[in-house]
This record gives sequence, structure tokens and C-alpha cells, in this order.
Amino acid sequence: MFDFAFMQRALAAAVLVGLLCGVLGFFVVLRRLAFIGVGISHSAIGGVAIGILAGWNPLLTGAFFAIAVALGIAMVSQSDKISEDTVIGVFFSGSMALGVVLFSMKSGYQQDLFSYLFGNVLAISTTELVALGCISAAIMAIMLLTFKEHLLVAFDEEVAAAYGHKVLGLNVLLLVVLALTVVIGVRLVGLLLIQALLVVPAAIAALWALNFRWQVLVAALVGSLSGIVGLVMAYQFDIAAGGSIVMVAVALFFVTLVVHFIRRHFRVPPPVP
Amino acid sequence: MNNDKVVVGLTGATVELDGRCVLHDITFDVHEGGFVGIVGPNGAGKTTLMRTIMGLVRVVSGRVEVFGAPPGGKRSEAIGYVPQRQSIPAEFPATVGDVVMMGRLRQLGPLGFPGRKDWQRVDESLELVGMQDRRSRPVGRLSGGEQRRVMLAQALCASTRLLVLDEPTVGLDLPAEHEFYALLRKLIRELTLTIVAVSHDLVAMAGQSDELICINHRMHIHGNAEDVIHSHAIREAYRCEFDFLGGELAHHETPGHQHNG
Repeated sequence: MFDFAFMQRALAAAVLVGLLCGVLGFFVVLRRLAFIGVGISHSAIGGVAIGILAGWNPLLTGAFFAIAVALGIAMVSQSDKISEDTVIGVFFSGSMALGVVLFSMKSGYQQDLFSYLFGNVLAISTTELVALGCISAAIMAIMLLTFKEHLLVAFDEEVAAAYGHKVLGLNVLLLVVLALTVVIGVRLVGLLLIQALLVVPAAIAALWALNFRWQVLVAALVGSLSGIVGLVMAYQFDIAAGGSIVMVAVALFFVTLVVHFIRRHFRVPPPVP
Repeated sequence: MNNDKVVVGLTGATVELDGRCVLHDITFDVHEGGFVGIVGPNGAGKTTLMRTIMGLVRVVSGRVEVFGAPPGGKRSEAIGYVPQRQSIPAEFPATVGDVVMMGRLRQLGPLGFPGRKDWQRVDESLELVGMQDRRSRPVGRLSGGEQRRVMLAQALCASTRLLVLDEPTVGLDLPAEHEFYALLRKLIRELTLTIVAVSHDLVAMAGQSDELICINHRMHIHGNAEDVIHSHAIREAYRCEFDFLGGELAHHETPGHQHNG
């Protein structure tokens, strides 16, 4: 099956997005940002709808929306008067509502809409794959260079500020990078399911490893592995690739949970120190 | 106190937050090798004063100097900081060594990767607090007292000249609290360290620090700990009467006393 060029491209995209979601997902899980991830990914629907209706590249308009919402969440959350989850709720429901209204204005079968909502990785073009690779490399480089600062902020924002780190800047950077990751993951699993790749592999890693180095590595590997196995299953059983990839990741999570429970029950120490 | 060299100096410092005057005309000096406790009732502005010393809050008038320069600038000398926190979550995925290294991130190279010297500094800091054998342990698995020592090591990794402690013993039981203060005393002796500690625990601060500064939005008294706790000014700041009997404290509220949150 990997003789086909479209499968090779899909596989490369699955590995790249899996790696990236694993690394970003580590911070999403550690800092309990899962709801922010949902908010950003669902907010991009409004931007995608504008792109489709206006005839612009929907991924670009989606990225613009996702980043704008990420910045909005970061800024409005600074206020003491309104909590972060309230801000996210307002932004993401507003943007989704905009998407629904705009899509309802377009007549006929909405094939585009479904591919953005649930992914269509088998249709990824070489140009899109190259763009995905470049953006992934840039995000990886940013995260590598700022990893320790992000870890310190996750540990204690007050301590980070006391040692002269720009906590707001780092938080904004993380949200923007998260928004970009959501958008480049659209082709693989779609806007509605990308959150699963950000949370599930990192959650598996958190169950297995005690140290952040191992957690990032395990999360990235699980993300990629889910992509590869999910694609193979989608091809073999002729099912939707996005759903299949997420199902594999979720299945791995439950297997890990059971193994973790058994290990704890029998007091066997975790495999990774 | 070892000498007259001023490490922290505030002159007429006034701080406003959201248009409200939180600190008014605060003036004091902290000398090298001193252990100064900042006390005051809830909402007196203790944390704001600490953040002002750290350079995290700007004064609207007056002057703040740490090691002779305004704090918080890019070239300012680092200040070690021990935050107020009950415990580190058990699942936090870092070793003791990783957490101590966090105090040194600003001093790392442009790519942010620690070298041999940096790890050596981590080892030295852990040794100072007696935790050198715990470097590879997950930090969340340590006891509360051990975690506090790790935070102290992190602060020492940032600076061995000035530490600012925010409610340093909150959540610790009495033996752990005494052990922690004994460790601070040892560090002051060995490193000529200067310590500024903010605490609501008047008894502990009176017993452990060399000097007490009592504030309630404005400066009420600064002096020798023994003199301060028996002064009228401290009763005025807290708006209540204290009886210090055998190291224990009993207080009687005076009419019109209100806790201001």
C-alpha cells in the first residue's frame, strides 16, 4: 500500500503531525490546557468557513482565526474579572457559530466542510506536505529553544517571573504555536479531532514516565505510531483515516491505563525512571 | 549582621496597584549578612513590598536599589527567590536537579543548554541544603520539608548573595520549620547571605530574624526583632494587643479592629 505516492505523503504527514502533537501535547497536559486546545481548534472553523466562502485558502484564514483567538484568550485572561474558561467558551462558541452561519449560506453538498472538520490526509498534496514540514520544523525549533522556560512557567509562574522570564510572552508563544499546530493537523484528523492528538499521546506518556525528557519522547512516538497504525487500518478497512488514527491513540490510552492499574496494584515500579 | 554594606535599600518607596496606594513612603535598608523579617497584618502590602524588591512592581515615587542598582533590569544581579507554596504536585515530571537548574536558566548560554559548570553549581546548591543525594529523585515524591529545601537550593542556584523568601515555612510542621530556619542560619554564616523573608507568622519571624520590619501600607517600625515585638508601633499596625509569653503569642483585638483581607 505504501507504493502509492498519496499513501507515502499521508504517512509522512501522519508522522510529522504525530511528533509535533506529542511535543506540544506534553505542555497541554502538564499545564492542563486541554480546554484551550479545544477552544482554539473549534475557533478555526469560523476562519475556514470565511476562506471557503471568499475563495481564499481556508487553512490560512483558519490559521489567522486560531491565532487571533489564542491571542484573545491570552489577553482577556489577564483580567481578574473574567476566568479563562469563560473567555474560551465565548470565543470558541462565537467562532463556531460564525462558521455554521457562513456554511449555511453556501448551497449544495459541503464536501470541503467535512474534510476540514474530520481530515482528509489521503488528499494531501506535495506542496501542502512541504509547507507542513517547514512549519513543523519551525515549531520544533521554537519549542526546543524555549523548552526549559516553558517547563519553569509550568512549574511556577511566580518563580519564572521572579527570575526575569517574560511569563506573558511565553504563554502567548505557547498558544500561538498551539494554534499553528491545530491548523497543520487539520489535513490529518480535522479540526474536531486534532485535540485528541494533542492530549491522548501526552496523557499516555504521563502515565508511563516520571521525567519530562521521557514524557516528551514517549508522547512524540505514540503520536507518530498512532498516525502510522491508523493510516494502515484506514487503508485496510476502507474507513476514515482521521477517525482511525484517533481511535488507535485512544485504544493505546486505555491499554496503558489498564497496564498502569495492574502495575500499581502489584506494586511493580514504572518502567521509565 | 556582618557589616554595614547595604544590599537592599528603599527610600520613600510608594507603590500603586490599579490606582490604589498599596505602599506609601517606605524607607529601610537591609545590610549584608542580615536576616530581615517583613511582617504585617493580612492585606498590609507585604507581598507587594517583596515584589517591589524583586523588581516585579515599579514604584510611582521614591527609590528601590538592590546591590546599588534598580532591581529587575537585564543587567541587575540575580536574586534568589523561594515562593510560598504548599507542595509540588507528585506528578510533576522533573528531578530535583532539573528543578534546581531552573534557578539558573537566565545564566545559561543563548541556546539554553546547561554545561558542566551549571550542573556543578546545581550540585553545590544541593550540598548547601543537604540534598546532594536526592539530585536524581522525582521532585514531587519528596516530603514537604525536603521540597522546601529543594526550592531553597533553586534560589541559591540563582544567587548566593540575596534570597527573598515568601512565607518560607507555610505548610511545614514545627520540627521541619525549626530545621528550615536552622538551615537558613547556617547559610547566612557560611555564605554571608542576606535574607529578606515575608511572613504572617509574627512569632517565628520574631524568633528567627535579626531585624523586623512591620508595615501596614506604610512603615510602622523597623528595628531589632526583640524591640519591635514589644513596641507600641506593632500593636498599632495590627490594631490589636499582643502578649508574648514563652515564645507563644496571644492577641486581643482592640475595638474597631478589622482584618483587611
